[in-house]
Amino acid sequence: MSDRPTVDLRAAFEASGLGAVLDELDRTLVGLAPVKRRIREIAALLLVDRLRRDMGLTSETPTLHMSFTGNPGTGKTTVAARMADILHRLGYIRTNQLVSVTRDDLVGQYIGHTAPKTKEILKKAMGGVLFIDEAYYLYRPENERDYGQEAIEILLQVMENRRNDLVVILAGYGDRMERFFGSNPGMRSRIAHHVDFPDYGPEELMRIAELMLAAQNYRFSPDAKSAFVQYLAARMQQPHFANARSVRNALDRARLRQAVRLFEQQPEAVTAEALMTIGPEEILASRVLA
Amino acid sequence: MRLTQGTFSFLPDLTDAQIAAQVAYCIRNGWAVNIEYTDDPHPRNTYWEMWGLPMFDLKDPAGVLYELGECRKVHGGRAYIRLSAFDATHTWESLRLSFLTDRPAEEPGFALERTEVAGRGIRYTTRAYAANQPTGSRYQG
Amino acid sequence: MNVASPPRGRYDAGVMKYKEMGYFDLDYQPKQTDILACFRVTPQEGVDPEEAAAAVAGESSTATWTVVWTDRLTAADMYRAKCYRIDPVPGAPGSWFAYIAYDLDLFEPGSIVNLSASIIGNVFGFKPLKALRLEDMRLPVAYVKTFDGPATGIVVERERLDKFGRPLLGATVKPKLGLSGRNYGRVVYEALKGGLDFTKDDENINSQPFMHWRDRFLYCMEAVNRAQAMTGEVKGTYLNVSAGTMEDMYERAEFAKQLGSTIIMIDLVIGYTAIQSMSKWARRNDMILHLHRAGHSTYTRQKSHGVSFRVIAKWMRLAGVDHIHAGTVVGKLEGDPATTAGYYDICREPYNREQLEHGLFFEQDWAGLRRMMPVASGGIHAGQMHQLLTLLGEDVVLQFGGGTIGHPMGIAAGAIANRVALECMVLARNEGRDIMAEGPDILAAAARHCTPLAQALEVWKDVTFDYASTDTPDFVSTVSVS
Repeated sequence: MSDRPTVDLRAAFEASGLGAVLDELDRTLVGLAPVKRRIREIAALLLVDRLRRDMGLTSETPTLHMSFTGNPGTGKTTVAARMADILHRLGYIRTNQLVSVTRDDLVGQYIGHTAPKTKEILKKAMGGVLFIDEAYYLYRPENERDYGQEAIEILLQVMENRRNDLVVILAGYGDRMERFFGSNPGMRSRIAHHVDFPDYGPEELMRIAELMLAAQNYRFSPDAKSAFVQYLAARMQQPHFANARSVRNALDRARLRQAVRLFEQQPEAVTAEALMTIGPEEILASRVLA
Repeated sequence: MRLTQGTFSFLPDLTDAQIAAQVAYCIRNGWAVNIEYTDDPHPRNTYWEMWGLPMFDLKDPAGVLYELGECRKVHGGRAYIRLSAFDATHTWESLRLSFLTDRPAEEPGFALERTEVAGRGIRYTTRAYAANQPTGSRYQG
Repeated sequence: MNVASPPRGRYDAGVMKYKEMGYFDLDYQPKQTDILACFRVTPQEGVDPEEAAAAVAGESSTATWTVVWTDRLTAADMYRAKCYRIDPVPGAPGSWFAYIAYDLDLFEPGSIVNLSASIIGNVFGFKPLKALRLEDMRLPVAYVKTFDGPATGIVVERERLDKFGRPLLGATVKPKLGLSGRNYGRVVYEALKGGLDFTKDDENINSQPFMHWRDRFLYCMEAVNRAQAMTGEVKGTYLNVSAGTMEDMYERAEFAKQLGSTIIMIDLVIGYTAIQSMSKWARRNDMILHLHRAGHSTYTRQKSHGVSFRVIAKWMRLAGVDHIHAGTVVGKLEGDPATTAGYYDICREPYNREQLEHGLFFEQDWAGLRRMMPVASGGIHAGQMHQLLTLLGEDVVLQFGGGTIGHPMGIAAGAIANRVALECMVLARNEGRDIMAEGPDILAAAARHCTPLAQALEVWKDVTFDYASTDTPDFVSTVSVS
């Protein structure tokens, strides 16, 4: 018999409550299989790392900063909030909070404005996760007096020196983020985990649409459903397609049209069934299909 | 001498972990924490220099510790630094906690000057020895 | 023919029951502007409690023993105080709580002496009563607003002293009699230099043959200023200005101001008018006003007869003192924990809700009057710090007289012990530790880097004052009271 200490990984996993977070991620997010796989990998790594620290095998706080790349509407913000949950349950952050900002929240309008503005946000986010959407807008090489560079420098300093206090997630389009990292190698070197969010396929978008409708007590009629398949195929070819966000916008417009139709038909005897159902005309009226 | 202004001056200097615990207490109470420093510790020198504005809406002490670190980089060892917590509750609207986090390497203390006046009366003036030097060269860090 | 003898009229000459004269009306709904009082009434054998309660209302307002026709020249119905509620005292057969309402126009604005002369001026000697106690009063906002209240109050006192987030520390100079001015100042210096914020004259230090008041003031202020220079902290000593006449008191207060003192002190026995005068003086001269409640136990301590201290505390908040002795719970003087909590709430809160289990019979809105700093004094020491902080909170002056001056290594060592005990306990409390449970461990840990504290804990480790309290609430929180 060896008396070397052992750890029960499964028990540690149970105790951390990670299972519940990962299950919720699976349940509430359609598709995104590669993203979910990455998150599981990162969670496993962090759990093992914590156990290694508990056993004295390492003492360094791992770098936790991440970059989430992908097109709009692919679930980056939602996954970032779950990531905050995971980090909190594992004890890597002290408060389960995600502060979500863009360039305007960090960069000032005049000389001397940026440093206090950036620091103010950093201080409020400390203890939790700072999510910077479209982070590459911080860097504007075309303007040599851009205050964004100042924000980047402060950010880098805090990302390096206060790793115990703040996890930063940079988010945005993959190609632009790549260019941003290209011109800010210091930033790239401080990012430990890159997660790429693929676009949704048509079937996934259809499931997302149905989930969104169900959450608001609506549903497609069978004809509306096939109209929406048609709609998605057309919309995905157009510019500015934003995945789940475009689906949400389309459904918002469909609900508006349904309300108008109900008024114009028989407003005195509307059934619950009718109130819940999106018909094909609501979809076919879209400009996308014109 | 050891300046004993502030709530915890009779204890050994607080560690950063102890400071963080006090800041967490202030945050739990909804108070905004401010960092101030001075090179004139006269007991009635009310207005120390503010290191930025009071920090409102923090969720975690790390923000205060971060700014304290920044302040120390500039003034550490050459000034007194204190944290003060402001309570905006009606009928309080004042400080609720204030304690020193840093003191200069050397603390020369104060002179007490006496001016004899009518009868046996005396007018007292307290003067920090450091204040005999111009500001900026009062404490060598 | 319709012949009937007319019923006896309300204003026919002769003697009539108080109850029938309009001093008892259970249907009366007190107005928001009424002053309300709750008395504990113990009638003589055979006296109807309702008649006794009506008599209290009558004798504390307009009545005399017989009907007078001159009532008819006044709005007598309004001026008559009315007993509007009467309840038996729980667990005390033979006594009743009588609730009485007084119209605001019965009182002069801004005068405690008028209020007290009305409410307790006459009725306490009334023969049909075996005993009578004024338990509590509700002072309407309209009346509260006629007083200035504390000149300084807790918030401004802390701002002036630059001391926040911890109880203040004081000590009464001992022995209280016999020290010369020079020797007296030595005690002040050692205690303040050691770490106390305040020292204090005792209630009967005035201007005796062994020490003229001017000597005391001069030596004390030398000590205060020296201690300030030694520590860099604002320090003070409560210079007792109580004297035989107002003129003497003003002279002493002026001298204290001239010497740069931050605080003066008066005794309760100087009387309500003198207290209000000194409060106005303190307000004009940026002075903190400390009140020593000398003499109060003669009428506050026994539950059956007298005036509860909670009433005195309310009057003093109106009159405008900044410090008031309000009990220690754990020390050598009377102080039931629940009753004392009620006093502290009266001193410190902007609003008191009715809380029978703390002896508060009425809600009380203080209408912006500043908070008074309660003072805990008498038989307390460093080893009780966790209890004191838990029971009394942080807005309090803890006075360790014997607990400072009696330290085996000297007064300064005693002061250090108290200050270290205090600071380590506040630190631990803020860190979220359970100081009631861990207090002794926290003190022991602090004593490892502070020899004077280790010595104090050793010397006074067995000192407690565990006696039954005489003045306890009649209601416990488990009893439901509508």
